[in-house]
Amino acid sequence: MIRRLLKSVREYKKPSLLAPILVACEVVMEVLMPFLMSKLIDKGIDQSNMNYVWKMGILLLVCMFASMAFGALSGREAAKACSGFAKNLRQDMFHNLQRFSFSNIDKFKTSSIITRLTTDVTNVQNAYQMVIRIAVRAPFMLIFAMIMCFFINKKIALILLIIAPILMLFLVIIFRYAHPIFVRMFKRFDLMNNVVQENVRGIRVVKSFVREDHEIDKFSSVSGDIRNDAVKAERAINFNSPIMMTCVYSAMLLVSWIGARLIVNGEMTTGELTSMFSYIMQILSSLMMVSMIIVMIVISKTSAERISELLTEEPDITNPSSPVTEVADGSIDFDHVYFSYSKKKEKSCLSDFNLHIESGETVGIIGGTGSGKSSFVQLIPRLYDVTDGQVKVGGVDVRDYDLGTLRDTVAMVLQKNVLFSGTIKENLRWGKPDATDEEMKHVCEIAQADSFISAFPDGYDTYIEQGGANVSGGQKQRLCIARALLKNPKILILDDSTSAVDTATDAMIQKGFAEYIPGTTKLIIAQRVSSVEHADKIIVIDNGEINAVGTHEELLRDNAIYREVYESQKKGGDQ
Amino acid sequence: MPPRGGRPMNREDLKKSPISKDLIKRLLSYLTGKNKAMLGLVFICIVVASVTSVLGNMFIRNLIDDYIEPLLVSGDKDFSGLLSWIRMVACLFFCGVLANLLQGQIMVIISNNVLQNVRDDMFKHMQTLPISYFDTHAHGDIMSHYTNDVDTLRQMISQSIPSMVSSAISIVATLVGMIVTSWQLTILVLIGTVSMIAVMGTIGGKSAKYFVKQQASLGDVNGYIEEMVDGQKVVKVFTYESRAKDTFDKKNEELCANATSANIFANILMPIMGNIGNVLYVLVAFVGGFLAIECGVNAITIGAIASFLQLTKAFVMPVSQVSQQMNAIIMAMAGAGRIFKLMDEKPEDDNGYVTLVYCRAEGGQLIEVPDEEAISFKRAHGGKMSDGKTSYVWAWKHPHGDGTLTYKEVCGDVRMAEVDFSYDGEKQVLYDISLYAKPGQKIAFVGATGAGKTTITNLINRFYDIADGKIRYDDININKIKKADLRHSLGIVLQDTNLFTGSVMENIRYGNLGATDEECIAAAKLANAHDFISKLPNGYDTELTANGSELSQGQRQLIAIARAAVADPPVMILDEATSSIDTRTESIVQRGMDALMEGRTVFVIAHRLSTVKNSQAIMVLENGHIIERGDHDSLIAEKGKYYQLYTGAFELE
Repeated sequence: MIRRLLKSVREYKKPSLLAPILVACEVVMEVLMPFLMSKLIDKGIDQSNMNYVWKMGILLLVCMFASMAFGALSGREAAKACSGFAKNLRQDMFHNLQRFSFSNIDKFKTSSIITRLTTDVTNVQNAYQMVIRIAVRAPFMLIFAMIMCFFINKKIALILLIIAPILMLFLVIIFRYAHPIFVRMFKRFDLMNNVVQENVRGIRVVKSFVREDHEIDKFSSVSGDIRNDAVKAERAINFNSPIMMTCVYSAMLLVSWIGARLIVNGEMTTGELTSMFSYIMQILSSLMMVSMIIVMIVISKTSAERISELLTEEPDITNPSSPVTEVADGSIDFDHVYFSYSKKKEKSCLSDFNLHIESGETVGIIGGTGSGKSSFVQLIPRLYDVTDGQVKVGGVDVRDYDLGTLRDTVAMVLQKNVLFSGTIKENLRWGKPDATDEEMKHVCEIAQADSFISAFPDGYDTYIEQGGANVSGGQKQRLCIARALLKNPKILILDDSTSAVDTATDAMIQKGFAEYIPGTTKLIIAQRVSSVEHADKIIVIDNGEINAVGTHEELLRDNAIYREVYESQKKGGDQ
Repeated sequence: MPPRGGRPMNREDLKKSPISKDLIKRLLSYLTGKNKAMLGLVFICIVVASVTSVLGNMFIRNLIDDYIEPLLVSGDKDFSGLLSWIRMVACLFFCGVLANLLQGQIMVIISNNVLQNVRDDMFKHMQTLPISYFDTHAHGDIMSHYTNDVDTLRQMISQSIPSMVSSAISIVATLVGMIVTSWQLTILVLIGTVSMIAVMGTIGGKSAKYFVKQQASLGDVNGYIEEMVDGQKVVKVFTYESRAKDTFDKKNEELCANATSANIFANILMPIMGNIGNVLYVLVAFVGGFLAIECGVNAITIGAIASFLQLTKAFVMPVSQVSQQMNAIIMAMAGAGRIFKLMDEKPEDDNGYVTLVYCRAEGGQLIEVPDEEAISFKRAHGGKMSDGKTSYVWAWKHPHGDGTLTYKEVCGDVRMAEVDFSYDGEKQVLYDISLYAKPGQKIAFVGATGAGKTTITNLINRFYDIADGKIRYDDININKIKKADLRHSLGIVLQDTNLFTGSVMENIRYGNLGATDEECIAAAKLANAHDFISKLPNGYDTELTANGSELSQGQRQLIAIARAAVADPPVMILDEATSSIDTRTESIVQRGMDALMEGRTVFVIAHRLSTVKNSQAIMVLENGHIIERGDHDSLIAEKGKYYQLYTGAFELE
């Protein structure tokens, strides 16, 4: 997993390596300082040797400026490295996402993909920065300071060698106790957010049923749980500081006691004792840092896993090795097609579909929710792959085509369709990047969208808000149809795309299709019989199987399902 | 309904949050509230801990000057004095550790209590806010008050404030220690500290500038990600992948550039600060050495220099700590500002005094009875309120100005007279609406999106208050009815079905918390929901999450209908769903709705011709005006807008 993530470092390898090296240099300088200081005290001040004081003083200043320079430079390199790493992670994920097939997208939920690209990247970025700076700094500091201690005096160094592991042990114990509580607490936070979210979204329900108090009780109980867990976890974590203090103080006292004897025996100098105190602080505080890093890494571990999942996800639909890049015509063939969304074959979504559609035909598709209508049409532009059998477009298996070629030939208006923030023109250009104004106006006329677009004060330059929030459902559907038409496709598929359009306009759109794109094969899924009744043939799908194929009149005569649907709609509609 | 008529809060509004005295006072009142004694103890602990740590720094001087030097000079090896001194210091240190421990433990409790109170108060207050608040504030922003903003408070209360207090005490104590040790060196350190703060300010300012930029481009990138991921399937269908990548890469590069700059400044701050501290350290050693050598031991002792070196570190550390905490405090203040802004939002006003009660009808008289009596009667009689002899009814209890009290049966008679309405006080959305619904009648509203259908129904249950005109319910001005009771008497099935996390049973019971399981099931049967619920893996105990995403749109609606049915109100408001559910499910939902409507006054926002047709009165709305009214046949005969809608010439939404 980590290896996969590190692949994204790429051009930022240099700063990623430089930063820790510079940090190491900085640490060496920092560790040298107390030592020089002890010399300054012992040989300079103690022996009233002003020259030596000068010499050491200057040496110290050099050390310090070097340390400052190294520190600042490593900071700069680390900033470059971690921002760049985050950039590459985002880029790799986004690019991989673009290769995803529909089933890949279904596997990850939209919200989870967004979290991975945003919050998770931030977490990993912070952890990365920690690792290349502090994770290097702390152990280096520990080791160098320890070496210096041994160099100055072995006996005293032994004290640190005993105290440091004890401190580490306590920190680990605390961490292991608190970690599961924190995990539990985060889950409770999700629960609380859920309550808030449900309330904000469903405030009309809450208020209509006068359930404010009920909701307040619900919230208070979750909020109380959070408080209790937070208290438990934080109390444990708060032992860190007193334990650290205990270790520091014990070390100081022990060092004083032993140090004093050593000095009196002439085995050590006062300056050395002073520097010893500095090393105690350096060693124990770097241990503290290590424990902080562990926490950071644990927090970001989940994020790293989630990112790597997205990075390693292989699209299950890819281009064939020698793809066909020409689609002969808009004919469609289904040959014993079976399809299910999950690999477990127990529940087939489509079974044994056999069908031939001529190029240029208009085909209506009718069926209940979950009958398999959408699945059926999504196989044509190879948004999903068949489980068994063969789908052919223009006489060639869709799996042999270049994906781009196939999808540019087959235009599909999805049931859950989306407009993007930008002007109407920009949205239409999704269909054809270099479309002229005339082309756009033309397709909008066919889709019956030109009239309302022209009525907007800004016309085709009207800004569409995210998700198309500022146009009505029917207007949105017509814009989506126009956008698909602009591709000038050989096959046009409308997946329940005129449900919010009134019947009269719907009829005009159908008429436009017949008049302007007669050569295009048109597949129209609809709930309304009126949307399909003039089709060349109508397919009735029920429970994943083709129930009947025929014209409106034939089906009305022979097919029970079709008749039922027709009757139920007629009851309200016709006079 | 999507929020309308309001302007979403923009980022600038969020940022503006000056630290005012009031804000601090209010925050402190949360902090001190019930915790005065504990806070006192914490303060004592902080003082003890900081004084101990300052003494700890002076300790080296005593060690060297008072024990090691004399021992060196005298040459004898009597360490008993040193031992007892070390014992004493150990006791002192022990007190310090204890104080630190105690302070940490108490602060955890205090801070979490405060956070809990803030969250609870915020939620409680949120529940009282009018619908318009939720219309005009982005849901994400409201949510972030509970998460991000409360989190900034956590930072401040549990860390920043204690560390500020202890830093302040340490600074003072250390300063005293330094002056006592050597005033010359103290001046040196003070000068150094001032320059350190100056550097910090400069770099901090630069860093802040780039952080703002970074946030802006982060928002840009995240926004793009959200939009593209949401429309990923459309991207695929239009083979838009490479164009999406290009745009994304461009935005991503910009973010990277800004993030790098912001991080560079943040990263170099620490080494620079630390080393200015070191410069001071060296200068102190240097000048101290100079003083000791040139001016003799009288000016300064070697122990004093060693000790002063520690003191210098001890002085510089809290200074940089304070500066780091400042940032957290400013953020917390901004967060607190946003939290208090929510708490200061004006709650829905409710001056109603007419209440809803159960009454027993006796010889034309209504006698108020406790709820339990009526409910147990109802249970005993299979949901019926009357057995021929005794009958119970809902009634409005109406206290009058002259002290008398009248009871009036709830019938469901609703009248609107010359009602005008505007969401924002500027753009009028309803004009001169008058209508009359007799008990048991069905009134349908039809018209295009934005014509004002939903708005009218939102006025009846007082989600919004009218600007002009009158709405009377059973001949009582609805402003006189207590909002809770008014809403109790009105059942609503909304177009967007919102379900709550919990079992199916709990979701149905939401309509009437006192309902038994049997009553909930009966309601589900009435709503035609029983069949599909029985087929769910755990039947009525099936857990729903994320707004019932496990269920189909039609199934969610059926549960919402059952929820309204179990409440059993005299008046119903139904907002039919426009979304395309298939014909079969639709007819099941329809039958559920029909069953629910029976015997009640119903306002229905109709999208289906069958619903419209059998209404007693149909109101055709256009741009906030009722342009046609009448029953189906008369409106068809009129050949006006309704006729056009009906024959499909216009979108019926």
